[in-house]
Amino acid sequence: MSSKSSGWVNKATAVLVKDIRTELRTRYSLNALFMFAFTTLVVVSFSLRQAALKVDILAALYWIIIFFASMSALAGVFIKEEDTKTAQTLKLYAKPSVIYTGKLVYNIILLLLLCLLVTPLFVILMDVSVPDPLPFVVVILLGAIGLAGATTLIGAIVAKANVRGALFAVLSFPILLPLLVAAIGGTNAVLSGDGWIGAENDIKLLIAYAVIMIAISVVLFDFVWNG
Amino acid sequence: MSTISLQAAELRKEFGNLKVIKGLSFSVAAPGSLGVTGRNGSGKSTLMKLLAGIESPTGGKIILKESENEIAPENHFHYLKMVAPEMALYEMLSGYENLQFFARLADVEWSRKQADEMLARVGLAGRGEDLVGGYSSGMKQRLKYAVALLPSPKVLLLDEPTSNLDEAGKAIVKSVMAEQQKESILIVATNEAEDLKGVEQVIRLGE
Repeated sequence: MSSKSSGWVNKATAVLVKDIRTELRTRYSLNALFMFAFTTLVVVSFSLRQAALKVDILAALYWIIIFFASMSALAGVFIKEEDTKTAQTLKLYAKPSVIYTGKLVYNIILLLLLCLLVTPLFVILMDVSVPDPLPFVVVILLGAIGLAGATTLIGAIVAKANVRGALFAVLSFPILLPLLVAAIGGTNAVLSGDGWIGAENDIKLLIAYAVIMIAISVVLFDFVWNG
Repeated sequence: MSTISLQAAELRKEFGNLKVIKGLSFSVAAPGSLGVTGRNGSGKSTLMKLLAGIESPTGGKIILKESENEIAPENHFHYLKMVAPEMALYEMLSGYENLQFFARLADVEWSRKQADEMLARVGLAGRGEDLVGGYSSGMKQRLKYAVALLPSPKVLLLDEPTSNLDEAGKAIVKSVMAEQQKESILIVATNEAEDLKGVEQVIRLGE
């Protein structure tokens, strides 16, 4: 690795470590994320457990919980920087791509932690059988990466606005719709027992979505951050 | 030794119909200094943000040159550092952690010894382990100086340089300003006549 790229990675890692460190001290996003997900999951499981839900409805419910929980926390990485006036300081020390990458990896870690908590609880509370765990994990992993990729950029846009909460969900929904459709489709196929073959198209779509969204975000973030 | 110069050419900044900076031009080369003064709302802080690259101008250009080579605007931040009331540090990190974080971003070699020396320079010796959230406003201002001076900036921008500082803090700022303009560029925006002493040229905004 060249010293230039290793320096870039070192700086993005510094942003990531700083965000993790401050999050562990404030629990601003973690609390919102986990409490929202846990509450929704418990309400859904208590009210619908006896309904013998079909697999496609279970898949939709799972991603609805993940979507709304992430809406409550993922914009936080940039909102905190704007609210505490550290965004302007940060602009004088790092390139936008460094900041975006650090924040993106932080959001991916946050979402994977959420999925790690929600998935086993969802499987137990909703009495879901998972015939093939590996494609199930892959669909969740790709869905989480795509979700983090889109919401990190949208979070940066929203951080500069006044009506943040509503704007974040409104902006996110149309952008995330293709991702949610593919994630629900993939989860449905896997839980139905169709395995890799059944989920193949959705997995391809999830990979394409994550790659395109992150590539576009890297390009656009410069304008958003310095706009 | 490379020489650095900063030039503003017909700089304009408008917020809707409000024209804050109207065709401002000036230049300053190292070693040198510039003072910016003017009544409240005359655009001092806006000008400093434009020079720092935090805000984009509506018109005109900011030209930064090193040894006569023009530096691309997206790379200006490597040369410029700023201390301003609108710029904050991370309150949930300690003084050391803030210094370490910004040192990593600025490609500055980090050591505890250097951090202690920098903290001592700004009068914060022994307070590096404390969370910045527990600092007084004057201590936060001192830490901002430590963070800004870490990469030895070629251009140092100071907006209201002595705000929140006691007499000892003001003396530290005075020595920082004197040191900066010996070899590099210092630009100070203030209404305090004391802060402009020793500054080579002064421009008045809003007149």
